[in-house]
Amino acid sequence: MARFLIKRLGQAVLVILAVGLLSFLMVRTVGDPVQSMVREDATVAERAALRARLGLDDPVPIQFAKYLGRAMQGDFGISYRNQRPVAEMIVERLPATLELVLVATVLALAIGIPLGVITAIRPRGPLANGVQAVSLVGVSTPTFVTGILLILLFAVTLRWLPSFGRGETVELGWWSTGFLTLSGWRALLLPSLTLALFQMTLIMRLVRAEMIEILQSDYIRFARARGLPQHDIHYRLALKNALMPVLTITGMQIGGLIAFAIVTETVFQWPGMGLLFIQAVQFADVPVMAAYLMFVGLVFVALNALVDVTYAVVDPRLRTGGAA
Amino acid sequence: MRSIHGASETSGLRVRGLTVSYGRRGHAVPAVEAVDVDAAPGEIVAIVGESGAGKTSIGTALLDLVDPPGHWTAREVTLDGETIDYRTTHTRGRDVSVIFQDPQTALNPLFTVESQLVHMVRHHLGLDRGAAKRRAIEMLEEVGIPDAVARVGQYPHQFSGGMRQRVVIALALACRPRLVIADEPTSALDVSIRAQILALIRRLCREKGMACLLITHDMGAVAQISDRAVVMRDGRAVETGPTTRLLSGAQHPYSRALIAAVPPAHRRLPRFAVPDTGAAVTDAELERWLRDRPTAGGDTPLAVDELTKVFRLPGRLFGRGARAVRAVDAVSFALAPGEIFGLVGESGSGKSTLAQIAAGLRWPDAGEARVLGRRFGPTTPKAALRGYRQGLQMVFQDPYSSLNRRMTVLETILEPMADTPRAVGLRLVPALLERVGLPRDVARRHPHAFSGGQRQRIAIARALAGRPRVLICDEPTSALDVSIQAQILNLLKDLRDELGLSMLLITHDLPVVRQMCDRVGVMQSGRLVEMGPTERVFDAPEASYTQMLLTHLPRLPERQPAS
Repeated sequence: MARFLIKRLGQAVLVILAVGLLSFLMVRTVGDPVQSMVREDATVAERAALRARLGLDDPVPIQFAKYLGRAMQGDFGISYRNQRPVAEMIVERLPATLELVLVATVLALAIGIPLGVITAIRPRGPLANGVQAVSLVGVSTPTFVTGILLILLFAVTLRWLPSFGRGETVELGWWSTGFLTLSGWRALLLPSLTLALFQMTLIMRLVRAEMIEILQSDYIRFARARGLPQHDIHYRLALKNALMPVLTITGMQIGGLIAFAIVTETVFQWPGMGLLFIQAVQFADVPVMAAYLMFVGLVFVALNALVDVTYAVVDPRLRTGGAA
Repeated sequence: MRSIHGASETSGLRVRGLTVSYGRRGHAVPAVEAVDVDAAPGEIVAIVGESGAGKTSIGTALLDLVDPPGHWTAREVTLDGETIDYRTTHTRGRDVSVIFQDPQTALNPLFTVESQLVHMVRHHLGLDRGAAKRRAIEMLEEVGIPDAVARVGQYPHQFSGGMRQRVVIALALACRPRLVIADEPTSALDVSIRAQILALIRRLCREKGMACLLITHDMGAVAQISDRAVVMRDGRAVETGPTTRLLSGAQHPYSRALIAAVPPAHRRLPRFAVPDTGAAVTDAELERWLRDRPTAGGDTPLAVDELTKVFRLPGRLFGRGARAVRAVDAVSFALAPGEIFGLVGESGSGKSTLAQIAAGLRWPDAGEARVLGRRFGPTTPKAALRGYRQGLQMVFQDPYSSLNRRMTVLETILEPMADTPRAVGLRLVPALLERVGLPRDVARRHPHAFSGGQRQRIAIARALAGRPRVLICDEPTSALDVSIQAQILNLLKDLRDELGLSMLLITHDLPVVRQMCDRVGVMQSGRLVEMGPTERVFDAPEASYTQMLLTHLPRLPERQPAS
C-alpha cells in the first residue's frame, strides 16, 4: 500500500511539473509582462530595471524554478488587471465554486445511482425507457442550453428562483458560504442542477451498464440460487460491485465539474473561479489564467489519488495481495 | 441397489416429464424433453452428457431459475412426496440448493465469507446474528476448512481454489437442503483437489441424507461418487441405470460411445474408439509441400537445457524485499524426431510458462531452448527469434479466443504461409482443411460459424501451414467435449505418424497423456520431478508427487467388450 501511494505521489509530482511548465510558458510568452506593467512613457532604463527586478534576465530554467518555488508558497504573482495577488483572488472565489460542485455531485449521485439500478433491473419497463430517452437528451444538450432553458422556466416565467448570483452569503473565517441562508440555497438550485445534469446521466448510464453485467455474473446467479431476496441481491450485493467504476468516474468528473463550471458560472453569473477565469481571459490577465490552470491540475491529481485510495478501501482484493 | 420406483416415491426427489424450452413461445427450442429423474435421500444421481445435451437446464429448472422467455414444465416435481412450491422465497436455498462450477467466480469478491453465510442463514432460518455466526463457523468446519474461527472473516480471494470450492459447498448446504444440485462442481479444479471435493460431496450427502444431482461431463467423477446415472443426449434421457452397470455394460449405443471416448488412465489404446467425423483426405501436392520444410542444422527438434524463469512479485516497501517465484527451475529435456513428449502438473506448476519459453514467446532468465540447433537464451536478441521460431508452431487451449474472429479461415491459414507463393497457398488451403478433417469449402467462413472442435481443427491447420517440425500443444483439448477431444487427439496422433512431427503436449489430464505420449515429464513448482517412458511412469512412478497425482485418478470399471 505504501509503495503504491509513493508511486502515485511520484506520478502526481510529474503531472504538476508539466502543468506548471505550461502555465509558466503562458506567463512568459503571452504578451510582454513588462509592457503591460510599466507606464506608457517609461524609459528604456526603467524598463530594464523592472525586467531585472522581475528576474526576466535569468536563463529560462532558472526562471521556471523560481516560478515553481513561488507557486509552492502560494505566490502566483500579481493580477495585471486589478493589481492584487492572484492567490488572494482565487481563495476568495474558491468557496463559491466548491459549494456549487459539491451540491452538483451530491445531486448527480443521489439521483443517478437509484435511476441506474432501477433501469438495470427492469430494462424494458416504461420507467426505464422514459429515463433512457430523457437521459439521452441530458447527455447531448450542452450545459449552456440547459442553463438558459432552466432560467427561462424557473426564473423568467415562473419567477420561483433567482437567475443569477449567489444570494446572501455568511462569512466563516475566509470561507463565504451560501449554505446558511435561504436565498443562498435558492440561488444554488438552478446552477447546481445545470451542472449536475450531465454527470447525473453519465452516472445513471454507467450504473445501469455495470448492474446489467453484474446481474449476469456467477456470484449473483449463485446468490439467487441460494434464495436470497431480490431486494438484497440488487441493492446490497450487486450495487456494491457496480459502484466500483462509479467511484472512479465520479472522482475524475469532480475535476471535470470544476472545469465545466466555467460555462455554468458564466450563464448564472456565479461568482466562482470559472467566472474569474473567463474575466481573466477577456482582459488577457495571464497570471490569473496560469494560476487557475495550476489549480485545476492540482485538483485533478489530488482527486485521482483520492480515488485510488478509496478503491483500496472498498475492494478487499487491493488491500493485501495473495491467497492465504 | 435401490429400485427406481417404490421407496423413492415417498422420499427424496421425484421428477416426471420435465421439459425446458428456450426462446419465445411459438419459436421455442426444447433443451430438455420429458425427462424423468429420481434421487433418494443420500443418493447421488449423475446426469451426464456433452455440451448442449440439456443437463444444466435440468438443474436450472429444478431451481426455477430458467430465464424468460425460456420456460419449463413438468407433470410432477416432488420432494419427499410434496410438490415443490417455488412461490415461497425459502424453497431455493433452504429445500433445494446448488453447488456452482467455478469457485473463482461464484463468490462475491467484496463480501467476507462470514457475511455471505450469515446473510443466507438469517434469511432462511431466521437466526439471530450470534447464532448465524456460530452456524457459519460450524459449516466451514463441516466442509473441512481448518481454523474456521479465524478464516470465517476473510474475503474469498484469501482462499485457495479448493478451499474456495469448500466455501461454495458450505454456502449451498448452510440451510440443510433436502436436494442439492452439483453443477460441474469439480471441473474448474486441479486433479488432486478434484478427488477431495468429490469425496466431500459424497460424505455430506450420505451423512445429511441429501439427495444429490451431479451434473457433469466428467466420467471420472461419475464413476467415483454417483450411485446412478442418467445419460442425456439432445435433451432426452437415453439411458438410466446404476453407475457401475452403465460404465461396464451400457445398453444404448450413445452411452457406449460416450464412455468409449473417455481416455482410460490405466491402459493404453492404439486409437480412440470414436467414429471420426470427416476422415482425413491426403492430397499429393499438399503432402509434398508439407514435407518440403526448410531444414536447419541439428537433428533434435526441440531441447531445453537448464531452463529457468523467475517471476518477481511486488514486495512490501518496508520489510522483506521482493519475493521471487521460480516458475521454471532448471528444467532439461529433449524431444526425439516424431516423439510426443507430455508435460503434466497441476495449475501453477510452471508447465505453461515452460511452453511459452519453448515457443519463443517469453525470454528465459537462464538456460536455453534449442529448435533444430537454433538457440534461444536470455540474451538472444529479438531479431534472432524469427529464425528460432521457424519450424515450430503452437496450438492453444481455447479455440474460441485463439482464432482472430475478424479473419476468414482462408486468411487465418494463409498467414503463416508467407514464404509460399499466394497462388500455391490458395490451392493448398482447401487440401489442408481436408487434411484436418474439415470440408474443403469452408475457407471463406469466419470462425464463429464453427463449433469448438472444428475451430481446434482450424487452429491445427494453421499450425501445419507453418510447416513445423515441432508442435507445442498447450492443453489442446481441455476446452472440448470428451468425444470431440478423442477426435482431436486421434488427429494429432495421425499427423505425428504421417508427417513425423514432434510434439510437446502440455496438459493436466493424465489419461490423455497416457494415451498420447511416448515419454512424460512431471512438473511440480517449476521443477521436473520425474521423467521417463509413459508406461513406466504410470505403472511404477518414482517421485512421491507423481504417486500422489496418480492415486487421484478416477478408475472406470473395465468395460465388457462391445457385443
